Amino acid sequence: MNHPTDLPTRRDLGADLPAVTEDQRHIGVAIPREGTRRLTEGRGQFIDDIELPRMAHVAFWRSPVAHMRITRIERSAAQALPGVIAVVTGPEIAALCKPWVATLAHLAGIKSAPQYPLAMDRATWQGEAVVAVVAETRARAEDALALLEIEWEDLPAVLDTQTALDPATPLIHPELGDNLCFERQLDTGGVDEAVARADAVIFGETYVFGRHTGVTLEPRCQIADWNPGDQKLTVHHSFQAPHMMQDLYCRQFGLQEQQVRVLCRDVGGSFGIKVHAYPDDFATVALSIMLKRPVKFVADRIESFVSDIHAREHRIDAKIVATRAGEILAFEIDDLTGIGPFSMFPRTSGIEGNQVVNLTGGPYKHKAYRARLRVVFQNKTPTCQYRGVGHPIACAVTEALVDGMAMKLGRDPIDFRQQNVIPDDAYPATGASGIKLELLSHEACLREARRLCDYDTLRAEQATLRKTGVYRGIGVAALIELTNPSAAFYGVGGARIASQDGATLRLEPSGALTVMSSVGEQGQGAEAIFAQIAADAVGVDIGRVRIVTGDTDATPYGGGTWASRGAGIGGEAVLQAGRVLRENILATAEAILQRDRQELRVFRGAVVDARSGAVLLELAELGRIAYFRSDTLPKTFTPELMVTRHYAQRDYPFIFTNGVQVSHVEVDTDTGFVRLLKHWAIEDCGRVINPMLVDEQMRGAIVQGIGGALFEECLYDTDGTLRNGNMADYLVPMAAEMPDIVVGHVQSPTRSSMLGAKGAGEAGTAGAPGAVMNAINDALAPFGVRLSSQPITPEKILRALGKI
Amino acid sequence: MKSSAFDYVRAESPQHALALLAQHGDDARILAGGQTLLASLNLRLSQPTLLIDIGGLAGWRGIALQGAVLRIGALTRHVEVEESPLVALHAPLLAQAAPHIAHRAIRNMGTVGGSLAYADPAAEWPACVLALDATLVIHGAAGERRVAAADFFQGLYTTALQEGELLAAVEMPLLQPGERHAFAELSRRHGDYAVAGLAARARWDGHTLHGLRLAFLSLGDRPLRARAAEALLQAGPLDDSRIAAADAALRAELQPFADLTHSAAAKTQMAATLMRRAVRTLCT
Amino acid sequence: MPTPNDHPTRRVHVEINGQAVVRDVECRKHLTDFLREDCGLKGSHLGCEHGVCGACTVRVDGQIVRGCLVLAAQADGCRIETVETETPSPRLKALQDAFIEHNALQCGYCTPGMLMAALDLVERRPHAGREEVRAWISGNYCRCTGYHAIVDAVCAVLAQQQAGRFSDAALLEAAK
Repeated sequence: MNHPTDLPTRRDLGADLPAVTEDQRHIGVAIPREGTRRLTEGRGQFIDDIELPRMAHVAFWRSPVAHMRITRIERSAAQALPGVIAVVTGPEIAALCKPWVATLAHLAGIKSAPQYPLAMDRATWQGEAVVAVVAETRARAEDALALLEIEWEDLPAVLDTQTALDPATPLIHPELGDNLCFERQLDTGGVDEAVARADAVIFGETYVFGRHTGVTLEPRCQIADWNPGDQKLTVHHSFQAPHMMQDLYCRQFGLQEQQVRVLCRDVGGSFGIKVHAYPDDFATVALSIMLKRPVKFVADRIESFVSDIHAREHRIDAKIVATRAGEILAFEIDDLTGIGPFSMFPRTSGIEGNQVVNLTGGPYKHKAYRARLRVVFQNKTPTCQYRGVGHPIACAVTEALVDGMAMKLGRDPIDFRQQNVIPDDAYPATGASGIKLELLSHEACLREARRLCDYDTLRAEQATLRKTGVYRGIGVAALIELTNPSAAFYGVGGARIASQDGATLRLEPSGALTVMSSVGEQGQGAEAIFAQIAADAVGVDIGRVRIVTGDTDATPYGGGTWASRGAGIGGEAVLQAGRVLRENILATAEAILQRDRQELRVFRGAVVDARSGAVLLELAELGRIAYFRSDTLPKTFTPELMVTRHYAQRDYPFIFTNGVQVSHVEVDTDTGFVRLLKHWAIEDCGRVINPMLVDEQMRGAIVQGIGGALFEECLYDTDGTLRNGNMADYLVPMAAEMPDIVVGHVQSPTRSSMLGAKGAGEAGTAGAPGAVMNAINDALAPFGVRLSSQPITPEKILRALGKI
Repeated sequence: MKSSAFDYVRAESPQHALALLAQHGDDARILAGGQTLLASLNLRLSQPTLLIDIGGLAGWRGIALQGAVLRIGALTRHVEVEESPLVALHAPLLAQAAPHIAHRAIRNMGTVGGSLAYADPAAEWPACVLALDATLVIHGAAGERRVAAADFFQGLYTTALQEGELLAAVEMPLLQPGERHAFAELSRRHGDYAVAGLAARARWDGHTLHGLRLAFLSLGDRPLRARAAEALLQAGPLDDSRIAAADAALRAELQPFADLTHSAAAKTQMAATLMRRAVRTLCT
Repeated sequence: MPTPNDHPTRRVHVEINGQAVVRDVECRKHLTDFLREDCGLKGSHLGCEHGVCGACTVRVDGQIVRGCLVLAAQADGCRIETVETETPSPRLKALQDAFIEHNALQCGYCTPGMLMAALDLVERRPHAGREEVRAWISGNYCRCTGYHAIVDAVCAVLAQQQAGRFSDAALLEAAK
C-alpha cells in the first residue's frame, strides 16, 4: 500500500457531545499543531541547546558495581587537569543539601533509608553517582573522570526478589530491619468460598515482568543557575512538574520559595522518567550554589541506562475463579516486585505495586478479590512511576487470566468478556478492590473493537491458515486506566505535589489571547489543546492564541504532567478561566458600548449583536480602549481582561477511563519470532479535545507497551551489573517491527468537570502488553502452550514449544 | 560520552598509512568508514592517540570486473555494493545481504574492508565472502598477498591480517550458470546484528545441489561453513530425507555461543530453520 | 571560551546549509558536537552517541550519515545539510508540512534526524510502500509517536511526488 492510512475518518468528534462553549469550533477537532513547526526546522529549545555565561558542565563518576563501600577517593590528578573547575564528593554536597527519605503517609508502613545527592560512604547500585567533576566542557569533565583514583570494597548485593526477604540475605539498610520497602494485603472475603463451589473453575498462572526503563530520546538534563547576586536559583529542567521541583529545591537547600524558579521548555520525551527528583538533580544544584555559576548536567545514554528510573519488575502468582456458566467470581494475586535500594523521591517506589493491587480485575463485575503485595529493595537502579504505572502489569495479568479461563470454558474471548465486564449502565460502581468508577463503557468498547478489527474475519482466516502451518493469533485486552487524580494520589500522603492546576488567560490589546497554564508540554499536545479550549471558551480564532507553560514565575501554581491529568485538569482550568474572561469582555463591551450585555455576544474575535450578529466592536478595538483609553470608560468600571481560575478534581479519587485493544500477530513456530500484523485500540477518554492528538498518544503508548511485552528488559549479570545498558543491546521498538495501529473513540464524558475530558496518555501502554501476550497465546493454542513471562522472546517461545 | 583526545591525519597513500602505523603501533587506529571505530571511541572502549584516515585512498575504492573476478576495493562503502549493477549481476548474494547491514546512514559511511578486517562474527560481509570463496587482497610493506576467505577469519575479531597490513580489496568469483544465492538473517529488529544468519550459494541442476556453501553468521566466533551439512545436502538428489539428515548433521556440528537473550540451543534451532529455508530458495 | 588545551586540533572548512564555515576544532570532536558547539546549530540532537538512535542524522555530501559517527575532521571539505536550512528544498518543506499535518512529531527530538532520513527516502525510493518506509526509517528511534503517523506523513509526500508535485513544471508554477 503506497498511501497513508486515512487521516482519522472523523476529524471532528465535537459534534457527538453537547457543546461546552458557545460557537464550539476547535474543541473536538483534529487541528494540527502549528506550534511544532519550529521543531521540524530544528529550532527547538531543549536544555542542551541553552548556553549561559560561565556555564560549566558536570560529569559523574558512578559506581561500576552493585554495592560497594568507598574506601579512597584520590582526586588530585583530576583537579589538576586544565579546564577542570572542581571535583566534589558526597559529604561536600551534603553540607548544602539535606538527605531525603521517600515515603508517603498513605502507603501504610512504607519505609526507606535516607538518600543523598552523591553517595556518602556506600554506593548501593551500579550507576549511583559518587563523585562530581565540573569542567568547562563535558569532554574535559570526562577526561578528568578517567584521572580519578577510587578504591572500594565490594559488598554483597541483593539481586533476587525471591530471596530478598530471606533471613540469610544481607540487609541493604540494616537500620530498617529487613529488605522490605512496603507491603499490603487486601481481602474482600469470598475468594475461598468461590473456589470451594461445586461449579467453580479455576485457572492459575505465574506472570513475570522484566524490569525495563523509559529511554527518553533526550536524556535527563538540567542547568542549575545559582546567582549569588540576588540569591536566586533558576533551574532549566527537562521535566514534567516544575512546581514540584521548585518546592523540593527549597526544602532540600533551605531556600525560600521566592528564591527559586524552575523553567521547562522543550522536553524531548518524558513518560514519567522525568517526573522524579533524582540525586543528580540535587547534586547539580548544589554544585551551582557551591561554584556560583551555572552548571549543566546532561546524562549520556550509558549513564541513563543505570541512572534513569527503571520500572515494572514483578513476579505475580495469580488465579481467576469462575463458574462453569461463565461468571467470573474472583481474582487473586500475590505480587512480588523489586525496586532499587531506596524508594524514589518524592513519589515513592510503592505506588506501582499499589496500583497493581488496585487495578487487577478492574473491568469486571466480580466481588471477591484477594491480593498481597511485597515491594523489596535490591541493589539495582531505583524504580518509580513510568507511563502506565502498574496498569500494564495489572491489565496483562487480568486479561491473561480471563483468556485462560475463556479457553478452559471453551468460550470466545470477546463473548466471555462481554458477559463479565461491569455493564455500561451500572455506574457509578465500585470495583472489587475498592476503586470508585464514575462512568465507563466496557460493553460499547468491546462491541466497537469487535467491529473495527473485523473479528469474525480474523478468526476465520486464523482457522484457514492453521491448516497450512501458519499460526496467527488475536489477543484482546480490556483495560481501565486512572486519570485526573485527586489529592488522594499524593497529597493525602503528605507529598507537596499539587493535584490542582490553574490557567491564566489574558486578552491582549490587539485582541490576541495569552494562556498561561501550570500544565506543561512534553510533546503530547498540552499547549495545542489548551489553545483549542481557550479559543472556544473566549471566542477567538485559534491562530491568535499564545500559550505559556513551564515557568514557575509566570504560570499559576500546579501539578504539571503525570497520571494523564493534563487535558482533564489543566484543560478544565483553561475552560473556566476562558468563560470568566468572556464575561469580563462582555462587561467591558457593555461599558464601552453603553448597551446591556444581554444583547451582546463574543463571536470570533469581536463583540456582536446577540440577535443580528452584526459586529459591534472588534476585540482589538476593545483592547485598545480598555488598555490605553481608560479615560473614556465610566469611572465605576475597570476592565479585568486577565482571569485566573484553578481546578482540582474532587469528585473521585481518580477518574477512570477504559478501552479495549486487539493485537493480531503471527508466530513463526520454527524460529520463535513474532510478527505484529496489526493493532486496534478503542479508547474512551471522555470528551476528546483533539482526536488526532489522542490517536497519537494511543499509538505512542501502545508501542511503548509493546516494547515491554516483546523487546525491552534490563538484563543483569550475576554480580548485579547491567549487561545491556546501551542502545544496541537494549531493544527499544523501531519502525520496521511495529504494526499499523487503528484507533477508535467512544466518548463518555466525566461529570466531574464542565469540559468532561478524561486523560488519554497512558491507556495505550496499559493495554498493549496484555493484548500482545494474549495474541501470542492465542496463536499457540493448537500447541497447548502458554507464555507468561515478558518480554516474550524467541527463546521463550521456542522453549514453550519444546523446540529447544 | 565524548572520546578521549587523539590526533588525526589523512593518509595520502597506502605507503603513508603503513608508515604511520609502523611509527605509532598500538597507539594508532585506521579510520575507514569509522562506523565501528568511532562508536567504540565515543564509549572510551579504546583510547588511541592517532587516527589515520584512509578514506581518501581512491585506488582502494570501487567495484570492477577484473577477468574472472569481481574486485571490490576495501574502501568501497556498503551502499555502493548495495546499489551496484555489477554486484547485482555477478555476486547477487552481496546485494541480498547489504540491506541487512545496520541502516542507510551507516551504510553510506561503513566500508567493506572495515567490516571484513574487524571480522565481527555477526556481520554480513564475512559470511558472504566465505560463502563465495572470495579472496582477500592484503597490502603490507612487503607488497600484496592474497588469502582465501576460508583462511582469513581465524577467531573472534581475528583475521589473517598481521601488524602493519591493511586490507586492500576482496575478489569474488563471478556467478556461474545455474548458480543461485540466498541470504537470510533473523534479527529482533531490522538492522540489528543477526541472532542467526546464513549466506548460501549453490548450483542447482534441477535435482541435485552442487558447490554448496553454507556460511553462517552469529553462530560462532567467526563466520562458519557448515561442512557436514553441505556434504550431505549435495551428496545426491535432494529430497526430504536428505534435508532431514542434513538438519541433524547441522545441529551436531554447530556449537554456537549464547547471546544476551538467546541460548545456544535457540540459535541452533534458528540456524537449522534458516538452512531449510535457504535450501528451498536455492532450488526454486 | 574553554581553557586552551593541548589536545590536537584541526582547521576545518565546511559548507553548512549553503554557508561557508571555518573553525578550529579538536580532532576528537564528532560532527554533531561540531555543529552544535562550534557552529551554534542546535537542530541536530544527540540521543546515544554510539550510532544507534539516529537523532544525529544529517547529510554530508548528499548522503545521510550519523553525525556522532563522523569526525568534524573527516567532514573537512564537505557539504553539510540539516533541517535548519533557511532554504528547504520543496521535498523537505513538504515533509515538514506533512509531519505537522499528520502529527508525526510530538516532542520533536527525533524529528530533525527523522526528516533527513525521510527526505533521503523520498528522493531515492519514489515507489516505496509503507513497509519500505518503515524499513528505511528503522534506524531512527522515536519514543513518542509509535511511528505510524511518521509513515503516514512520508507516504503522503511520496503520493504527492507521484502526482507530480515536485516536477519542474509544478515547482515553477508554485513559485509564481
